[in-house]
Amino acid sequence: MTTATAPPAEPQERSGLPSWAIQGLVSLSAIVLALVVGAILIIVGDDEVKKAAGYFGAAPLDTFSAAFSAVGEAYKALAVGAIGGVTPISESLTQATPLICGGLAVSLAFRTGLFNIGAQGQLIMGAILAGYVGFAWHLPPVLHLIVAIVAGLIGGALWGGVVGLLKARTGAHEVIVTIMLNYVAIYLLQWLLTTTTFQRPGRADPISPVVDANAQYPQFGDTRLHVGFLLALVAAVFVWWLLNKSTVGFELRAVGANADASKTAGMSVGRAYVIAMVVAGALAGLAGTQQVLGTDLPLTDGVAASVGFDAITVALLGRGTPLGTVLAGLLFGALNAGGLQMQLITQTPLTLTTVLQATIVLFVAAPALVRSVFRFLPKDRGSGTILAKGWNG
Amino acid sequence: MHLELSGLTKSFGSLVANDHIDLVIEPGEIHCLLGENGAGKSTLMNMLYGLLQPDSGEIVIDGETVKITSPNDAIKHGIGMVHQHFMLVPVFTVAENIMLGRENTHPGGVLDRKKANKIVTELSERYGFEVDPEALVEDIPVGVQQRVEIIKALTNDASVLILDEPTAVLTPAEIDELIAVMRQLKENGTSIVFITHKLKEVKAIADKITVIRRGKVVGQAEPSATEEQLAELMVGRAVDLVVDKEPAQPKDAVLRVTGLTVIVERGFTAVDNIDLEVRAGEILAVAGVQGNGQTELAEALLGLTPIAAGSITLDGNELTGKSTRQRLDAGIGYVPEDRGQDGFVGSFTVAENLVLDLFRKAPFGNGLALNTDAIDQNAHTRVEEYDIRTQGVDQPVSSLSGGNQQKVVLARELSRSLKLLVASQPTRGVDVGSIEFVHSRIVQERDQGTAVLIVSTELDEIAALADRVAVMYRGKVVGVVPADTPRDELGLMMAGASKSEAHDVAIENPTTLGTI
Repeated sequence: MTTATAPPAEPQERSGLPSWAIQGLVSLSAIVLALVVGAILIIVGDDEVKKAAGYFGAAPLDTFSAAFSAVGEAYKALAVGAIGGVTPISESLTQATPLICGGLAVSLAFRTGLFNIGAQGQLIMGAILAGYVGFAWHLPPVLHLIVAIVAGLIGGALWGGVVGLLKARTGAHEVIVTIMLNYVAIYLLQWLLTTTTFQRPGRADPISPVVDANAQYPQFGDTRLHVGFLLALVAAVFVWWLLNKSTVGFELRAVGANADASKTAGMSVGRAYVIAMVVAGALAGLAGTQQVLGTDLPLTDGVAASVGFDAITVALLGRGTPLGTVLAGLLFGALNAGGLQMQLITQTPLTLTTVLQATIVLFVAAPALVRSVFRFLPKDRGSGTILAKGWNG
Repeated sequence: MHLELSGLTKSFGSLVANDHIDLVIEPGEIHCLLGENGAGKSTLMNMLYGLLQPDSGEIVIDGETVKITSPNDAIKHGIGMVHQHFMLVPVFTVAENIMLGRENTHPGGVLDRKKANKIVTELSERYGFEVDPEALVEDIPVGVQQRVEIIKALTNDASVLILDEPTAVLTPAEIDELIAVMRQLKENGTSIVFITHKLKEVKAIADKITVIRRGKVVGQAEPSATEEQLAELMVGRAVDLVVDKEPAQPKDAVLRVTGLTVIVERGFTAVDNIDLEVRAGEILAVAGVQGNGQTELAEALLGLTPIAAGSITLDGNELTGKSTRQRLDAGIGYVPEDRGQDGFVGSFTVAENLVLDLFRKAPFGNGLALNTDAIDQNAHTRVEEYDIRTQGVDQPVSSLSGGNQQKVVLARELSRSLKLLVASQPTRGVDVGSIEFVHSRIVQERDQGTAVLIVSTELDEIAALADRVAVMYRGKVVGVVPADTPRDELGLMMAGASKSEAHDVAIENPTTLGTI
């Protein structure tokens, strides 16, 4: 029902802090809360604690000290594995690299009002093309790498572009389309790895030949960290420029924030959707090249791991901004790298880090919940909206 | 019931929305609460209805201090409210809507529809409402839907009824019926708090008038006060209700619409074979009650709604088939009806919104990058020129008041050189002080030789701006008449009467508002 006057917006309390500072505080608090939740899980699952709890009545302090040492050791191993020296740090950055690019792919689409669940499929398509160029073609140094990267970008861009085109032309919901295209990409990869074109000669398992040395990202020293990480940072700067300084980005943000007003101002909403999804797909494709040309080297059916899905949580934690996405990617990379170390040393399962990551995002998505624990946190008008908006972007 | 609000105060952060408000409502009186948008009328009524809690002050009913913490409390104390946005379920019948939330049931949980129907019939007979209890709400006119809301409040034994901007969606004839209903209620001892910013209605119906400005009661007025006096109280300074405007000097036709038909969802013909012409240097106002095809007409002109048939030409060039962007580039400026939805991007800054349809062109963009300096520079100029009240050009537009938001839209559209300006409801939700400004800018644009097409449901606005008036009813133009056509005649045409019928009937049956 249309009525004559818009209801006046309810005035809200505002604090003196700028929006980004409040969001940063909320994110930090969410991390602290997630660590508390993780600590509880560690205590519950720890054998020493269980033993001590068996004679809790006789010596209650034993239970507490066992709990403290279990949590302390696990988190210490996590921290050491993430940032305790050159190798751990390089490992964290390596893990962060595809998460940043994938996160950017989700963030950029998010800012255009699209929920891109398809980073996984776009990443796989990028990895397929980049991997194929990498092992099947034989080109001079530098050139080979560049061609392979471009092939990866194209693979992702096509896979994303299809989504944008379907949305613009037919109104098909991008969430449904991306989920379905993820399946198509996953099974396409599995099938390709059984064909003679892709499967390594003499192997029965789904694995391709190793990518040519010329097509590999150069590595830093004897770590696994490769030049792809720098490309991820360049990509973040590019996305920042695109969104904030370019005319195209102005259009993308306008469409994302209010498609009706954008249409009325003469913008083409469909065009914005296609552009956003092509660029987002290319970014996810870049993540695919980082996997296949940087860390994995042969193409396998596990090339994407769960990077494309973790990228969604990275983008959510990064609140759809390029800087936020980079920081969130680094955090998740560190948790992944540290988690491996933690599992090795304290037998705390690696899945705990997944729980941590999920809990962080959960708390970030519910700022009111975090605020109910940390009462000092001021209200922010913008906070949480990008997460709460969810499916309808 | 004797209702007294004393010293009610409510703040939101640093903003004091209501500052020690005192208000006495006597039994059986129609008490008008007059104030601009954002003056604090709704906050006050929301506290009375239990939707907000006052920071201090008290509500006294029949000498007893009460605490109202929820709408349920309010209803128990005999306070009913008819919201501006109706709270009805469209696919339910009138009776079903009335019993919603307090269903009478037969044993075994089966709904007792008969009883609900009986309640509706009794009440509508007592007050002369003429409401069919078995009609689906979505099938009945807006004016009748409003009566359903009133019945809903009355079945709760409301002795104080709050009506929040009740006339916004009604035709002049329906407003007359509403006024009759209000008088009937008053005779039965119900007190009415009538919230509005329309001065004519206040004068027609109120027993007592309280004017609120910036959260404070600034005065009481008698219904005998002139409109100018009321407006001055409301705004805080003398307001010129009449727009200074020379007679139009129309030149050649700029916009020609022939045989335009727009069919919207579900095959409904919203615009039905319309012919119109707007000449350079004149203002053509399209009058009509909300929902008679004006919105679709404006959208069709801009290419925002596909057309089924007909032709639209601008300076002789065919526009049909062209994109919105091409039409804007051809020299059409557009102030959309629903600002928040179509006029601006709320989360964007004032500066960004001021270039929402200009950002591609120099100096704001070079095809690749934005020139943020030029965009800021432009914003500072426009903010000054249009007196846009904002804490800065980098503030989101959503933080501005309705009037200032409208100034942003208008400033943007008028900063291009235009052949045709299409403005839908240019002053809807805009405070009285800014209405003056918006109107004078539109007249100024006309005097520069732009053809102007205004869509408005407000007869005041049409009287103030129009050089000619086209009245729309059910998608058709029922007549194009001169601007000085009497209100009653326009009102009848808005209800579908032809020009000559309207003339005859208006002389025989003058309406309340038409004769003021």
